[in-house]
Amino acid sequence: MQADPPGGMERVAVSSIGVAKPPEAPKQIGRRYDRTTLLFLGPPAILMAIFLVYPTIYTIALSFNRGRRGEFTEWVGFDHYINLLTGDKSFLDLGSFPPEGAIWNNVLWAVFYTSLVIFLGLVVAVLASRVRYESIIKAVVFLPMAIAATALAIIWNFVYAPDSNIGLLNAILSPVTDRGISWLGNPSLVNAALIAAGVWGSVGFATVILSAALKSIPSEILEAARVDGATERQVFFGIIIPMVSLPISVLAVTLLVNVVKLFDLIYVLTNGGPGTKSRVIAFTMYNDSIPGGQFGRGAAVAVIMLVLLIPIMAYNIRRFRSSRVT
Amino acid sequence: MTAVAEPRAAARERTTTERIVRFLNKTPIHIALGIIALIWLAPTVGLLVTSFRPRSDIQVTGWWESFLQFRYTLANYGEVLSGQGMLQAFINTFLIAVPSTLIPLVLASMAAYAFSWLHFPFRDGLFLLVVALLMIPVQVAFIPLLKLFAPTGLLNSYGAIWLTHTAFALPFGIFLLRNFFITLPRDLIEAARIDGSSTIGIFRTIVVPLSVPAIAAYGIFQFLWVWNDLLMALVFVQNGKAWPMTKAIQNLLSQYGTEWHLLAAGAFILMAVPLLVFFSLQRYFVQGLLAGSVK
Repeated sequence: MQADPPGGMERVAVSSIGVAKPPEAPKQIGRRYDRTTLLFLGPPAILMAIFLVYPTIYTIALSFNRGRRGEFTEWVGFDHYINLLTGDKSFLDLGSFPPEGAIWNNVLWAVFYTSLVIFLGLVVAVLASRVRYESIIKAVVFLPMAIAATALAIIWNFVYAPDSNIGLLNAILSPVTDRGISWLGNPSLVNAALIAAGVWGSVGFATVILSAALKSIPSEILEAARVDGATERQVFFGIIIPMVSLPISVLAVTLLVNVVKLFDLIYVLTNGGPGTKSRVIAFTMYNDSIPGGQFGRGAAVAVIMLVLLIPIMAYNIRRFRSSRVT
Repeated sequence: MTAVAEPRAAARERTTTERIVRFLNKTPIHIALGIIALIWLAPTVGLLVTSFRPRSDIQVTGWWESFLQFRYTLANYGEVLSGQGMLQAFINTFLIAVPSTLIPLVLASMAAYAFSWLHFPFRDGLFLLVVALLMIPVQVAFIPLLKLFAPTGLLNSYGAIWLTHTAFALPFGIFLLRNFFITLPRDLIEAARIDGSSTIGIFRTIVVPLSVPAIAAYGIFQFLWVWNDLLMALVFVQNGKAWPMTKAIQNLLSQYGTEWHLLAAGAFILMAVPLLVFFSLQRYFVQGLLAGSVK
């Protein structure tokens, strides 16, 4: 990042026309418009202060408090956090193998959802680029991105229905199974089923991003490699993957944010069940604090979400700051 | 046959052979893409087909068998719209989504203008704060905002959800639009200023008209974001008569989990507007979504 001179204000006083700055940093229109600046900036700033900044501070403070009725009644230190991470098997259960609980489910999502979306996105982008109907394929795969997670949940509620007259999956499997499989009712299948639905919904996003990235690879490089006798596999892993590694990392970060914030799909499709088997952090936060009324504990879960997002926040700021140099 | 024609024929033959070989080489690709298209279309098409099937048929045969019977009806839509209050929910979704799009659109444009072309102390530091606020999850705001709204009665109207959607849309909107506004030609704005245009005048006559693509992308993104939102509505709309479609459909599922005909029709009504936007404004839509990937 190029350091912006903190004394910009003084420079205005010297010369009312913004000079002495590289063109990439557009500057002041003039100092005499200070009141107008306030008009432009005031309303959004006030809204963000009341509805974003203040709640964040409040929630962090509340997470160290008993928090009955959302009020600051009694300081309890890290009790909520300790309770959540060690005493609540529905949130984190490291005692069983494999581990269970909402946090663990988020880990499953982070690993499988993110890698599958990127992998399939790349596969679709590469395959589609070889045919004339590329845009149609991309549109078809992208379609689920337009619809609500609630609608996506209903769609997959049909696909996963145990009744083989409703459930497409069980209808396909009916020759080899006696009875319909309850994909969402079986504790050992439910997370895989949910992740599959999530992947289906997000592959189009990855496809569009990665397709644009692939198009930016100079075709001479690929041709040269093929002329030199590289196999398609070598071209893919030796050239294409390294050259799209930056878009992939940006994509991975975006998908990880999706995972931390994941709620609608779980809430509509399984409501965290069977039992608490498919809960995720955002689900626990809503479930325990809004219908559950455990505000102190809910605040602690919200803070855990925030903490998980802070590295991503830092990454975004760094990316933003470095992008200003170019 | 002349000597000249021979190589020509050979050349043609070679290209034909090449074409066949190329096609055969690509056959696995066509098959793979066919399977991919099927996997991505079948679930949605199944829902659409089911939504037009009579309730009695849905229970007995799969939607994929209905193409032979060819018995379709609009009754499910009628029932879900009137009997299940989906029409009211549709209107509610509109009433939530339109202000929750327009207010942040105006406010974010104004703030982005200030961040790109006006001068004030700590401008860049404040902008980094906005970028940081992008990552704040809405969950962090639930408890304090519920307490804040409780005495005002805003939870029983749309006030609470308008304000919350607006505030949480602002960081992204400011970020996106500011990054677009700074690319506007500096000379143009300087010239307007020298000609005596006011700050507001420059915003209205130059910055906004030149930024229509970016503003439209943001507007469409935000509209669909709100349209598709369930979580905020669960928390900040406490009056059952004001619930949007997402909440109404979730209710339908938890109350009548096996009334497939209602679920299918309801879900399709929810999807109709986003699909319409997707097909008519695909360019802006994809742009907005790609830019929104930081949200």
